Amino acid sequence: MYKLWSTIVKDIRVMLRDKVGLVLMFLMPIVLAIVIASVQNSTFELVNDNKIPVLLLNKDTAEPAQQLEIALGKGGSFEIHKISGTTNEESLRGRINTKDALVAIVIPEDYSKNVLQKAATITAEALKEITDAKETSANKMDTVLPVQIFYHPVLQQAFRSSIDGMLQSALQFIQTKYIVRDVYHAINEEYIPTALEEQIIQNQTPVREVAVSKNEGRQLPNATQHNIPAWTLFAMFFIVISLGSSIVREKLNGSFIRLRTLPTHFGIAILSKQITYVLVTQLQAAVIFSIGILAFPLMGLPALNLPADIFALAMVTFVCGWCAAGFALCIGIFSNTQEQANGAGAVSVVLLAAIGGLLVPSFVMPPSFQLIMKFSPLHWCLEAYYNLFLEGGKLGDTWSNMIPLLVITVLFQIFAFYGLKRKNLI
Amino acid sequence: MTPAIQIENLSFTYKGNTQKTLDQIHLNVSEGERYGIFGPNGAGKTTLINIMTGLLSYTGGSVKIFGKEVTANRKSVKSLFGFVPQDFSFYNELTPVENMEFFGAWSGLDKKKIGQKINELLEMMHLQDVRNKPVGKFSGGMKRRVNLAIAVIHEPRLLFLDEPTVGVDVQSRHAIIEYLKKLNEKGTTLVYTSHQLNEAEDLCNKIALIDQSKIIGSGPLVELLKRHHKYKLEDLFLELTGRAYRDGGV
Repeated sequence: MYKLWSTIVKDIRVMLRDKVGLVLMFLMPIVLAIVIASVQNSTFELVNDNKIPVLLLNKDTAEPAQQLEIALGKGGSFEIHKISGTTNEESLRGRINTKDALVAIVIPEDYSKNVLQKAATITAEALKEITDAKETSANKMDTVLPVQIFYHPVLQQAFRSSIDGMLQSALQFIQTKYIVRDVYHAINEEYIPTALEEQIIQNQTPVREVAVSKNEGRQLPNATQHNIPAWTLFAMFFIVISLGSSIVREKLNGSFIRLRTLPTHFGIAILSKQITYVLVTQLQAAVIFSIGILAFPLMGLPALNLPADIFALAMVTFVCGWCAAGFALCIGIFSNTQEQANGAGAVSVVLLAAIGGLLVPSFVMPPSFQLIMKFSPLHWCLEAYYNLFLEGGKLGDTWSNMIPLLVITVLFQIFAFYGLKRKNLI
Repeated sequence: MTPAIQIENLSFTYKGNTQKTLDQIHLNVSEGERYGIFGPNGAGKTTLINIMTGLLSYTGGSVKIFGKEVTANRKSVKSLFGFVPQDFSFYNELTPVENMEFFGAWSGLDKKKIGQKINELLEMMHLQDVRNKPVGKFSGGMKRRVNLAIAVIHEPRLLFLDEPTVGVDVQSRHAIIEYLKKLNEKGTTLVYTSHQLNEAEDLCNKIALIDQSKIIGSGPLVELLKRHHKYKLEDLFLELTGRAYRDGGV
């Protein structure tokens, strides 16, 4: 036991004197978690809480076009900056190119005419059986000019889809309004009362978002709940830089050779490294979770809510840490130089994170990747964490992720043993 | 009296090689001797030391350390000897004290004994003033002394030394050789290999010359010199191994 204790003390001392390794293991993931959570949080707020600034060029002066302007403004999602109707499209493109605004909506000159024509056509079609309505000019629809959205190429697809959806909703609202007016007028031969029109048009069915969680919690997931577990795992696996290069250093400087001439089993050295670095991963998780709970609110970010089942969190964190240590051990044993260990370690962690769903959510990945991701330990780690942090699961709910993770961890141990044998170290 | 090392009919071939690295080696080192093993590059000296220290496994022949077959008694044999590798085999990030604490534990010593030996060795190696400084910042001579101190912390009966003074200044070399002689006077058997033949003359009382996988001469240094009518080990070495370059494999 004294030999193991001395080896752990030695490994901790060596690790504490590797300043770059410490920065990579602790500072980098904290910075990443803060930056990514801040960026995602502001994106979330931009889409959900803030209004999107939009330039509006209305070339149509008739009532429906004015109504569309009001509908867009009332929609709550746009901050309309109306520009003169005499502005041409070239000038509008210029303003977008200079990033004066990232989006512009152009209502064509014939928009109102088209809305009224369509309303008349539909009314005539709908009531032809019960009225003497004859074929009117409305039946002959003119070519409909589109409402155009100009956007800067930096605007991401998700934003464009969101703007497009809101615009479609406003257009539908206006069109429905005029159809209702025409139908009412055709039946009653008088204009529809405003209150009735409001009642018909306005949607009375509210929408409520409910996060489906295992503990019936009603808390909506936020950027912190998503990012803290993900970047904690990234940090855990980034011990590969410190542990991998420490193993290579000991192989190259002859320390391992000397150890093999001493009357102690070499397995103690490997066990000690795993114990030391599993402890490091637990410390990383504790530090990053604490920052999420205590420091994030001070930075204007949502606070991290720990899962109700703290024992399950500890167990999952331990298995994830052990898996990360096993992975780093393999990289260190199979690398011949520190450059190899650092390069292969960093690149493989980023790749495993990418296919594991840390960088892009796994559910949006193509079907071919849905199978590949199952080979990434980070996928199972992340799923187990999300089970606890987002779904409110308990230890029993994590087994479907923990069992594959344990299998991968054992495989890493077997590879490490094989590598040590092949390199004549045990 | 049981010999410190007894090698009989040892042959060794590296995996994938057709040529033997060691062929029909016989060697006897008595307890208390200062034995030098010399030979040109690629002669098989390091392979022989690696086999004696258990770093390489052999299948042909017998290698016994104090009467114990190395392959069959790895753990007990390892506690009988110390090894000073040519490379600085310690942790540059740690201080001499921390290195000795760790390697002392791996050598089977308890905490109390390690503490005693550390103080004794730091004094012997003149490292007291730098006891709490990281070894990575030491000069070559200081590192060599740390390398030696780690190997002798458990007071081995047999000490293997592979180029223990390479790259050090005269003062450090002198200190190391004097320390080794004192160690030998206390009963430690030394097995030494080096290309510093004048240093070897000073330290060794018996030698073996290896070339082309075989021992081409062995015995007391004085007798070998007399038998070949030479005054210096270097002249004897050149006569037995020739003057052709031995650059080894590339």
